This record gives sequence, structure tokens and C-alpha cells, in this order.
Amino acid sequence: MSATNEQAFAGHSIALTLNGQTRQVDVQPWTTLLDLLREQLDLVGTKKGCDHGQCGACTVLRDGKRINACLTLAIMCDGAELTTIEGLADGDTLHPMQQAFIKHDAFQCGYCTPGQICSAVGLANEGRASTDDEVKELMSGNLCRCGAYSNIRAAVVEVLPSMNAAPDQGGRGQ
Amino acid sequence: MNPFSYSKPSDIAQAVNLAGPASRFIAGGTNLLDLMKENIARPEHLIDITGLPLKDVRATDSGGVMIGALVSNADLAWHPLIERDYPLLSQAILAGASPQLRNMASTGGNLLQRTRCYYFYDSTVPCNKREPGTGCPAKDGLNRIHAILGASDACVATHPSDMCVALAALEARVHVQGRAGARVIEFADFHRLPGDAPQRDNQLADDELITAVELPAPRFQQHSHYLKIRDRASYAFALISVAAAVELDGDVIRDVRIALGGVAHKPWRDTAVEQSLKGQPVSRENFVAAADAMLRDAQPLAHNAFKIKLARRAIVRALSDATLGGTV
Repeated sequence: MSATNEQAFAGHSIALTLNGQTRQVDVQPWTTLLDLLREQLDLVGTKKGCDHGQCGACTVLRDGKRINACLTLAIMCDGAELTTIEGLADGDTLHPMQQAFIKHDAFQCGYCTPGQICSAVGLANEGRASTDDEVKELMSGNLCRCGAYSNIRAAVVEVLPSMNAAPDQGGRGQ
Repeated sequence: MNPFSYSKPSDIAQAVNLAGPASRFIAGGTNLLDLMKENIARPEHLIDITGLPLKDVRATDSGGVMIGALVSNADLAWHPLIERDYPLLSQAILAGASPQLRNMASTGGNLLQRTRCYYFYDSTVPCNKREPGTGCPAKDGLNRIHAILGASDACVATHPSDMCVALAALEARVHVQGRAGARVIEFADFHRLPGDAPQRDNQLADDELITAVELPAPRFQQHSHYLKIRDRASYAFALISVAAAVELDGDVIRDVRIALGGVAHKPWRDTAVEQSLKGQPVSRENFVAAADAMLRDAQPLAHNAFKIKLARRAIVRALSDATLGGTV
């Protein structure tokens, strides 16, 4: 790599509000948000499944909207407000969606669960689903290879009415 | 992913001045980053256009709607103007991708999606679209998902978008800007058939940026339907999709648009067939005749002959659902 290229490819400093805290981090242009979270910031709750936007295990909330962290460049999140699974609980009090997943036994191996929960919080923020069928369609971006879908839907359907009444940006202090 | 440099211009002129053969614009990144991870796309420079003022949906003086290129697929599908006046477009967008991807993907980027042909995505095999002149393994390979209309010896790939099928039916116009200035491209002319240059999906020059997609005044909001048929109930690309839009005068067809997805290198329309339906009464016989006419030149490959039958039935069903709630 030439000196010019080294300069062009240098890290960039970006500012994030991550789970309610302001963070300044250096990223390479090609670092995905998923790799930033897991490899640089040790927030390993967000999972890498397919790494191609097909499984939803990496779902996080950006400005309250659910996105795939694997297909998002970290550098393009400068100034964004991000919430990961680590940011949903309020201290020791679980987020209602987390509580519902436990109540309904909405997982087996648990690998897809952080993405499922973040996606379900994003779904609630959108306010477009209330029935089982609507939840089924609008949670289709999150695969569960254990096949816990029926319990996942039960958990989500139970929590939606209370969240639709009070949309949640997802995360403490927000 | 290859290393690349990055810039984020704040105005359109700056963005197009930065553009060139080795650079790519990025907005949602849902397709581009995937292609970069597979080493199919290897840009040296990414131009982040998310800071450009292209995020509005606004009514035009001619009664239509101007959709900024950066409006997300989700925001567009659920925009009150679009839900009310262009339900076909809302339906098509919501039939595509997943909620996460629709939150990320932009209007302009949706038009620029590349094919999901498995061979295009596999950098270990030849592909005329990826490496011009190397050959097409799909033509004699696994081609269940491939084209039945408008294909060439060089390429049998299909265009993957649902949104674009509705935009074709609605006769949208694509506003673009390059260093030489701005121009407007009719939707039917925006995407290309593969011919002997399948590496080119559309008519854009390297320095041209999509700034907006314009819809003409609504005429089909009472009678339209987007039917998508795929291998699973949700979150899969179309095997066949049909955007049907009809303007009725009693039970007589005053105007009709039929656009097909999953069948060709671009959303497929046949204006002669549409013309032949005008003035005809709504009937199953007329819909079947139109479907047969649309597919008269269809050419099956080894594994996709089923698509011709499926398309025929899907056209009839979509027209029926659009006009008489499926009772035809």
C-alpha cells in the first residue's frame, strides 16, 4: 500500500450513543457495525449468524428502528443512537420483551434470541402488528433453526399491546 | 471485503464529482455490502450519500408524488400518500426482503439491486455479468429461478426487486444527476435486457446518481394487486410476481398495466397485450387470453418450464384480484 493509500485507508473517529452512553470509537471504513460491537467493544450479545442479512441474529436498533448490523458499515453510524440486547434491561429489571421470552420459553439454543428480541422491540416501535399472523409476517427476518417460532410469537403478541401504547426506543434512560 | 476509502459529501454536485468507475455510491448498503463480502463488488472508494437532502416524499404539481432516492423502503411502503394512492407500490415493497432490510434499503438502491443468480454470486465460476466474456454456467446448470423472457445466450438472470415491478406498472420516472447535468429516464427504459452486455443492469453512467423516483397522478388505486409467488411464505425472492393495475368503467377495462417479476432481466411489460385488453369487459376469458399473449415468446430452460404455467395462472389471478376481488 502506498503512503497515500495508507492515509486514505486510515481509521476514522465516530461518535455513537450506544445503549444510552456516548462513545467515541475509531473504525476502519470496512468495519461492519456487527464487528465493531463484537470485536472492538466486547458487546457479544449481538450474534453473527449468516453475516449476509439473511438470518437476523445481528438485529440491533438504530434510532429505534431494527436493522441488520452485519450489513451496516460502522462508519455510517456516526451520530446514531444504537441499542443492542445489552441495553434493553433497566439495571436488573428485564425489558418486558425479555421477560416475555422467558415466560413463554421462546428459545432453545438461544443463539437467535438477542436478534429476535431486538427485532420484536423494533416491531413494537413500528406499531404495524398486533395479530399472530401480522407478527409472523413482520418477524420473518429472524430465523430460529431450533424452530421455537410458536413460542416466540406468543411472547411477542403478549407484549405488543403494552408497547404499542408506549413506544420504546429500546434502552435505559431513553 | 477489500479495503476502500470513504467519503461523505453533503451536496449532490460534490457526490457526482467524486464518482467514477472505481467508486460506488452507498446508502442502505444491503446489497452492495453483501456483494463486497463475496468479492463480487470491489470498489476502491465508497461515497456515502446518506447526508444528501433526498429524504422527502412530496406531492407534485401534476398530482403525482416525488420520492427522494434516500427514502427507506419501509418509510415508503407505510407513507400515508403511498398507502392511499399507490397501494400496489406499498404491497410490492412489503412483499420484499425483511423488516430490517426494508428499514435500511433506499428507494434508489432498490432499483440498483443485482441479480440473485447463484452463479453470479459464486466468484469461483464463470459469469458474463460478473466477468464479461467468461461464459454462463446458469444456462445449462441449475436454472430453476432463472428467466423465461428476454434472456440471451450470454445471461439468463432475473431482476430480483418487487418494488420495481410495481414501479414499472405505475410508469414511474427515474430522476438522475451526473456531472453533465440532470435527466429523467422512463422506468421502462431504466433497466436493460442482457443482450451481449449483461454486466450492465441499467442505463446509468458511472457518475450518475439517482436523486428521485416520480410517480404520475394515481389512477389505479381502486383496482390493483401485487401477487408474489415464492418458495416460502415470506422473506424469499419471487419465482413469479405480478403487478396488476386496472382502471374500470363499470365492468369494462378502460386502462390496464401488467408487470411481471421473476421472469426477466428487468420488470417485464407487454404494452401490446395491455392495449388489447382496453375496452374489453372484465372476464376470466379475457384475462387468460392476455396471460397467454404475454407468455407466447417464453422460452424455458431445463428446470424452469414450471414458471410459464405459474406465470399464466398468476397473471389471471392478479387481474382477477385487482378487479373483482378474485371472483372472476
